[in-house]
Amino acid sequence: MTEHMDSANMTTTGLPQEKSEFNTKAIWRTFWILLAITLFELLIAIIYYETHFFPKHLLNGVFIIMTLAKAFFIIAEFMHLGHEIRNLVMTIAIPALLFVWFLIAFTWDGSSYHNLRMRYDRYQFEQSKTKVQKTEHKEEGKKPGVE
Amino acid sequence: MAHTVPVGQKWWSGGKSPFNVEYGKLMMWYFLMSDAFTFGAFLISYGSIRFSSSSWPNPNEVFRTFPFIGEMSVPLAFVSLMTFILIMSSVTMVMAVGAGQAQDRKAVMKWMFLTILGGLAFLGCQAWEWTHLHAEGAWWGRNPFMNIDGTQSTTNFTNYFFTITGFHGFHVFSGVIINTIMLIKTWRGDFERKGHYLMIEKAGLYWHFVDLVWVFVFTCFYLL
Repeated sequence: MTEHMDSANMTTTGLPQEKSEFNTKAIWRTFWILLAITLFELLIAIIYYETHFFPKHLLNGVFIIMTLAKAFFIIAEFMHLGHEIRNLVMTIAIPALLFVWFLIAFTWDGSSYHNLRMRYDRYQFEQSKTKVQKTEHKEEGKKPGVE
Repeated sequence: MAHTVPVGQKWWSGGKSPFNVEYGKLMMWYFLMSDAFTFGAFLISYGSIRFSSSSWPNPNEVFRTFPFIGEMSVPLAFVSLMTFILIMSSVTMVMAVGAGQAQDRKAVMKWMFLTILGGLAFLGCQAWEWTHLHAEGAWWGRNPFMNIDGTQSTTNFTNYFFTITGFHGFHVFSGVIINTIMLIKTWRGDFERKGHYLMIEKAGLYWHFVDLVWVFVFTCFYLL
């Protein structure tokens, strides 16, 4: 084990050391950015809940962009990837691009399934039109959703 | 940012570290990569089921309670507190890494302790949330909430919620265990003897990843 750790030290020789670049100010700046984004998300979520002022689709787009922004700051600053060697960054970033296909393919599939069900599945179609009474959650033995 | 490669330098001919990170840290990155795909598969499965459903419960209705204030409705307040706790503990973790780079054993211990505290606080919040939802009748296979348009909801909502937040909570739990081991090792002076605190950096990567996943869980379950 110790040998392994020694070699870990050795292998970094010959390259510029970055040990002293730890920047407390940058960390706190990242923290404030993350906090501000989260509070902003919360604010528009609550405004939407109270007023239904803007279309939900638009809002979802805003939420997703802000989430990606937060992810970027966490990965780049907290996980320090933004300060690593470019090749290392690419070995992480390029596989992550698979998510783009992954997300598009499966949500597309989900919405296609929805269309099929609404067209051909009578029961599902009626269920999606039938309003139910709001039940008191404390009542025993009346658990909607139990099948 | 990235170093420029001097002309004629052979990066892969041995004797140096082309990525300028220690082996274990690099492997931690690739482990996190695979873990990201596990979480990604969960969340995208959730997404495709949501896309296939006509309607879905309103998170502002489901997650509107807060401990000790009774039935008062405060949509999303509690989960925001949880998010804040996790971001905060990420900050203390970075501070521990920084203290490790400065070879400051006392400071590493202080920041690791605070990070563990943050992790435990998050787990406590999650335990409260789960207990509360369970008391309302929600569990795997049981969904007491209606869809936002007033139609009957399926159990997909609760199944996904408990599975994904549970899987994330399990990650937080393992993170707390790992951090506790790191704190004990720091306290014993293991890293001081070794001459570096790289283990703290690896534990830190894992911990930030847990925070990262929470950002997505937060958006997917509580905002969208």
